[in-house]
Amino acid sequence: MFALRPPTLPLMLMLACAPAVAAPGLHDAPGLLSETGLYADIARREVAADVIPFSPQYPLWSDGASKRRWIRLPAGTAIDASNPDAWVFPIGTRLWKQFAVGRAIETRMIDRIEDGSWRFVSYVWREDGTDAELAPVRGMRVATQDGDYRIPSQADCRVCHEGAAVPVLGFSALQLSADRDPLAPHAETPDPVATDLDALMRSGRLTGLPADKAPRIDAPTPVTRAALGYLHANCGHCHDNAQDAGVPTGLLLAQRVADPAHNDAVLASLVAPADRYRPQNLAADTRLQVLAQRMATRDPRAQMPPLGTAHVDTEGLALIQRWLDESSPTAQGGMP
Amino acid sequence: MTRLFPPTRMSRTLLALGLLTSAHAALAETPVERGRYIVQSTGCHDCHTPWIMGPDGPGPDMSRALSGHPQDLTMPPVPSLPEGPWLSVVSATNTAWAGPWGVSFTANLTPDPETGMGKWTAKNFRDTIRSGRHLGRGRELLPPMPYPVYNNMTDADLDAIHAYLQSIPPIRNRVPEPLPPAAKTAATDAAN
Repeated sequence: MFALRPPTLPLMLMLACAPAVAAPGLHDAPGLLSETGLYADIARREVAADVIPFSPQYPLWSDGASKRRWIRLPAGTAIDASNPDAWVFPIGTRLWKQFAVGRAIETRMIDRIEDGSWRFVSYVWREDGTDAELAPVRGMRVATQDGDYRIPSQADCRVCHEGAAVPVLGFSALQLSADRDPLAPHAETPDPVATDLDALMRSGRLTGLPADKAPRIDAPTPVTRAALGYLHANCGHCHDNAQDAGVPTGLLLAQRVADPAHNDAVLASLVAPADRYRPQNLAADTRLQVLAQRMATRDPRAQMPPLGTAHVDTEGLALIQRWLDESSPTAQGGMP
Repeated sequence: MTRLFPPTRMSRTLLALGLLTSAHAALAETPVERGRYIVQSTGCHDCHTPWIMGPDGPGPDMSRALSGHPQDLTMPPVPSLPEGPWLSVVSATNTAWAGPWGVSFTANLTPDPETGMGKWTAKNFRDTIRSGRHLGRGRELLPPMPYPVYNNMTDADLDAIHAYLQSIPPIRNRVPEPLPPAAKTAATDAAN
């Protein structure tokens, strides 16, 4: 596949005659994963007692890498969920996400530092598995059994995470609901000790959530529910109109636990006529059809999501295609 | 201690005048005015305003200022270059650029809501320059957009550019999406 970046950057630098400005710094992040508090004993992979595993019901597509996730809240603190769609995490909150392709490759960490901002770093596992080392700000490539694996740059982290109301994307009311979607692509069986919404509220680590029942996407069919959940998790952090960082394409894909009626706007945005962001030479009547086309390509000019994946998610695409076949959405007719 | 350039009455006066002048300029300049100054002095028109031939040679067609590659100018196939140091070709309008990345068309920067930047927030614009990605979140910007240069600007300057671009006349002009290199098409990609 044609790689956009290698020929682009040298040429751009030749034309621009100026180097890129350095990405934000690492803010004194620990140099080793073993120093971040995730493990009590990294050699035995024994997770620290105050670190809690979790499993979102709609996982992000990561080219088939297997993933594990954890959170640690500072002792005596709780998440403020008064706004169910924009939780406020205490200073000192840390989350980790570990990616494995045959073996553990990287563990990403985001944490809320003293000034209230969020820090994004990644740790690259040594081949012998003894520890993982802080990745450079610009990211790097690692050889795996399935080919090159790209560790994201800090800028890449921010592209996705800073598009949303809160940069914590997989730890939310909808993602941790006990009412899990059986049709969610790549659904994982949660760790027996994994936390969920009920457990967080019972333990007092989550307060203020007004919901009186497990959050669930209000959809007319099971396929629609799963499709909307998939799009929320994979696309909604950018395709949303709640933030001024959201992309103003008119496509709304984020769910609102606090406002189920928002789903009408989501569906309306999907059946709107196809517009300017269409891949070349492909016919499409609706934005949903364009969406499927862009999910199906890895041409870097058109692929969706635009980063974080080099392989088409065939399972996710099949779900969207099934939804298209079932509902035949049109700009005039809407969806069932 | 001996000063190389001891202060004189003249130099003190000039310094005071300079400080007063710059302070006055900073006070008087609105973000739109600041944005206009930056846009006109950092080359935006060179590529985002189509060029036409005039009596004195080619120059930007200011009746279509900053509206990007004209939608009615369908480019013929890219001529193939021989092996060697030549790398890219450019349209006479200076708005279509072909090279190893494919063909890029300069964007419509006017505030037309459907074909330009009318719906872009200041943050969308800032994020684009900072990340080198369309809207700050999408595909990478393509050559020859020198965003690494503009990334040196302050947030205030980028916001001023955005404010100016939102103040100019909107021009409805739907710029084509970029094209892949000749050897690569959407069809071949879909088959991969």
